[in-house]
Amino acid sequence: MNRGKLIWTGVALVAITLLLLPFALSYAGTAWVRIANFAMLYVLLALGLNIVVGFAGLLDLGYIAFYAVGAYTYALLASPQFGLHLPFWVILPIGAAVAALFGVMLGAPTLKLRGDYLAIVTLGFGEIVRIFLNNLSQPVNITRGPQGIAGIDPVRVGSVDFSRSDSLLGVVFSGPMKYYYLLLLLLLAIVLVNVRLQNSRIGRAWEAIREDEVAARAMGIDTTGMKLLAFAMGASFGGVAGGMFAAIQGFISPESFVLVESVMVVSMVVLGGMGNVAGVILGALLLAFVPEILRWTVEPVQQALFGKMLVEPEVIRMLIFGLALVLVMLFRPAGLLPSAVRKRELTHDRST
Amino acid sequence: MVNGLTLGAVYAIVALGYTMVYGIIQLINFAHGELVMIGAMVAFTVINLLAAAGMPPLAVVLIGTACAIPVCMLVGYAMERLAYRPLRQAPRLAPLITAIGVSIILQHLAMLVWSRNVMAFPQIIPLTSYSFLGAIVTGVQLTIVGLCFAMMAGLALLVYRTRLGTAMRATAQNPQVARLMGVDVNRVIAATFIIGAALGAVAGVMFGTYYGVAQYTMGSVLGLKAFAAAVLGGIGNVPGAMVGGLVLGVVEALGAGYIGELTDLCRYGLGPEARCADGGHFVLFGSNYQDVFAFVVLILVLVFRPSGLLGERVGDRA
Amino acid sequence: MKSSKLASTLLAVAVGLIGCGKEEPKKPAAAVAPPAPSIEIKIGHVGPLTGGIAHLGKDNENGARLAIEEANAAKIKIDGKDAKFVLVAEDDQADPKVGTTVAQKLVDAKVAGVVGHLNSGTSIPASAIYNQAGIPVISGSATNPKLTEQGFKVQFRTVGRDDQQGPAIASYLAVTKKPKLVAVIDDATAYGEGIANEVEKTLKAANIKVLPREKGTDKTTDWKAVLTKVKGKNADAVFYGGMDATGGPLLKQGRELGMKAVFSFGDGACTDDMTKLAGAAADGLLCSQAGLPPQAADKKFLEAYKKRFNVDPILYAPFTYDGANLLIEAMKKANSADPAKYLPELAKNSFKGATGNIAFDEKGDRKDAEMTIFTMKDGKLAPVAIIKGGKTTDYAEFMKATAQAPSTPAPAPAAAPAAEPAKDAPKAEAKK
Repeated sequence: MNRGKLIWTGVALVAITLLLLPFALSYAGTAWVRIANFAMLYVLLALGLNIVVGFAGLLDLGYIAFYAVGAYTYALLASPQFGLHLPFWVILPIGAAVAALFGVMLGAPTLKLRGDYLAIVTLGFGEIVRIFLNNLSQPVNITRGPQGIAGIDPVRVGSVDFSRSDSLLGVVFSGPMKYYYLLLLLLLAIVLVNVRLQNSRIGRAWEAIREDEVAARAMGIDTTGMKLLAFAMGASFGGVAGGMFAAIQGFISPESFVLVESVMVVSMVVLGGMGNVAGVILGALLLAFVPEILRWTVEPVQQALFGKMLVEPEVIRMLIFGLALVLVMLFRPAGLLPSAVRKRELTHDRST
Repeated sequence: MVNGLTLGAVYAIVALGYTMVYGIIQLINFAHGELVMIGAMVAFTVINLLAAAGMPPLAVVLIGTACAIPVCMLVGYAMERLAYRPLRQAPRLAPLITAIGVSIILQHLAMLVWSRNVMAFPQIIPLTSYSFLGAIVTGVQLTIVGLCFAMMAGLALLVYRTRLGTAMRATAQNPQVARLMGVDVNRVIAATFIIGAALGAVAGVMFGTYYGVAQYTMGSVLGLKAFAAAVLGGIGNVPGAMVGGLVLGVVEALGAGYIGELTDLCRYGLGPEARCADGGHFVLFGSNYQDVFAFVVLILVLVFRPSGLLGERVGDRA
Repeated sequence: MKSSKLASTLLAVAVGLIGCGKEEPKKPAAAVAPPAPSIEIKIGHVGPLTGGIAHLGKDNENGARLAIEEANAAKIKIDGKDAKFVLVAEDDQADPKVGTTVAQKLVDAKVAGVVGHLNSGTSIPASAIYNQAGIPVISGSATNPKLTEQGFKVQFRTVGRDDQQGPAIASYLAVTKKPKLVAVIDDATAYGEGIANEVEKTLKAANIKVLPREKGTDKTTDWKAVLTKVKGKNADAVFYGGMDATGGPLLKQGRELGMKAVFSFGDGACTDDMTKLAGAAADGLLCSQAGLPPQAADKKFLEAYKKRFNVDPILYAPFTYDGANLLIEAMKKANSADPAKYLPELAKNSFKGATGNIAFDEKGDRKDAEMTIFTMKDGKLAPVAIIKGGKTTDYAEFMKATAQAPSTPAPAPAAAPAAEPAKDAPKAEAKK
């Protein structure tokens, strides 16, 4: 077999695995399909953030704000809150657009900032968005504040309701399984966009900006436009992920969009390898499954060893995030699966 | 106003920690807020133990602070040595990310040591209030503001009058040249971290004593606000941090107090009739937006005057 | 040739996958195949067993566990078979995301009913999953009104709602302290804001003026700016909806500023920790708890709990105990553990539980839920009144009226244990 065939066989294998995965998982319990769904949401988020951090080199610590914007857009347009019940294929693009708008709002005033300053400002931006969501119940009730919005419509396509079980040709598809396939589709689309971007004019422009902004401008790259584009695109992916989150959960409140979540997504990108799509996916999957893995390992092990729980899995999870960030930067600064360019840059750049 | 000043004094001291480190190696030490937290927690543990033993309040607080300072110095040094020094030549994104990592690690280690519960400051300091020009001032507030100025003066002396200070300024200017001049750059940087950590410890004790509570999560918000203060005053600038801290503290206190009234549309006859009738209110922004001030100030300063109020040096950092 | 190779590889993968899938379920409750005449009935319990309020989660779980163990000891027969109840305890970490995942786990495990979740934030998204599966769920501690307003037939609760507790403390405040102007402050969490809204509504209905709402966060330690303003307006009472970790500093700083107003808190800050956090300033504080205080619960329950777990119930254990008992009762009456069959029985149940008589209204809320008002006296919380259906009863009289054993001399000893169990009660994150 030649190389091309081999690749296609590999692709086919992966595709079949992904298609059959929910059936395998639901043998272990539909809960595992749900866990897989949340993991995919994180992959979506990480890929979106990868555009901003990995491609354009702009560290964004407030990324979860776009996720929140997407989720709230969905919730407000498809819940009893305003009595609106638009279909999801109308709302998701709107959510993406609104998030992109927020991305530009964040990007525009911070164009001059770089590196650590930008990180801090984005962090502040993320917090501001959350505080507003938490307080826009007064004087006019928009977001219901900390009470959150309940009764959000699930995704419906024609007569197929994604929150219920259906059977097709004798095969039962539970709600989470249907969401799995929908997320898989979205994921594919976003991976495609990511991969295509990387090797496009835009991708190269971002890379140039990341390497040396002044030089990039001198080469005739519209740095302002390119940076805004990175923010907008990254944000729109976050918005789509947020919309899906709202639809799956049926209830959202500001406590789902805290700073820790931003840090988690950043950890995923950094751990996997900034700028490398495969690496980012790996990082996101690893960290998204960590809590579940810990739930099955840490608790029983501690119970067996000490007879009680000494260190909670939640704490271990956070410690793992922290350690991952530090250790990866110290020993493998380009991540587990580094992108070729990044690797070169991080190992030979000793000029500063 | 007095409350704002007190709060501002605490911000100022924490901000000094950021500014010193930034001034010398252009690194935002994200984990500085956690040092403040550790300082408060260590001090509270000691203070609670001693207070139970029935020692006089002043001695208790002093011993508590004396215990907190070396612990923070040690943590500060370890942080610099393990997480930042190896990355001194790396791209700027790298130490920033490790700083976030260190911050998470410290916070959760503190949680393991001191649990999630809020630690309360024992009731050993009597609540004496003085009336001063119509404002109510407590002894603790006076002490904090006084101490803050004293520490500020001490730091200025250190930076401008001692050999170490000269070395620090030289390193900040140009590490390579400083090294050629016989300055042990690594030691100077470590010393900066240690001094910053000690200041953080004192700030932690002040904050804890003033409000009577300490918790493992207290560091992150405090750290962010102090950072905003440092930026406001002009990061890398020692007096700037002081001014920035005080200004931010006052703005926050006044803002929380008055923003509700200022944005009450009924006052301007703009609110909807139904809500304004009979002395009703239609408040756009209430005290719930208190925490937004620091961030808004931060963004505005960075966007319009990146060198801050007192900063002279812009560089290409901002 | 190649295509057949591909096909066989795929087949192998598919088989492997299914194989994997089959191996994976390592259910801890490895069901021992029951002998024919007995029937195993799984009842789920969900609460945070890790994290900031793990102690409350464990307390809730203990309540449900006790009920189930008692039911097993009583050798109940359902549909002619020996019923063996099994508690499937899950941990939701007080996180809405984890909440839906474990809810799904319980549905997968085919539980007959669920007791939980502890927090409103996790209960609301999870309730949709139970509703879809038709599994009855009873919360003993989620107080957000929204939970039962979603129109889900399977959702019940044994504890009072925020909009029952809020009016209770507000009307007590209005009647006993007669304030003219009240400042309502909250911590901008679902719990704090929810209860503050209800308090404000009740006060306004009683023609008491209320200042525009002031807010902090669940981490706020500096309340001076807000309090200075409130003091400037001469408010003679303050209500704060929030937890003790923020309520303590609020109270202390208020007194530091020389405020003379009456301070009143909801159940989140109705703990003995207030003395530690606010010191002498805590004296005279009014606060409320949803339901009867644990020590006012049925004596039999209290003793059994103490005997089984070697600790006193902290807060909501009597309510989850009742919740589990209600499920079992309904199954007995319907003579079936099939949710579809016993659900109607559950809905029309009238049951004497550890927390008094329980009956549900059409939403699944408890009819006439009791509220207790406490006051802080010499560093201890002492119950002063029980409010039920808008009627206020003095606590001492209430205890006298309900004392079953003649050996229960009323007020003094009753007030002492009042403080004990609350000692390590809700900490900072108790209600998200």
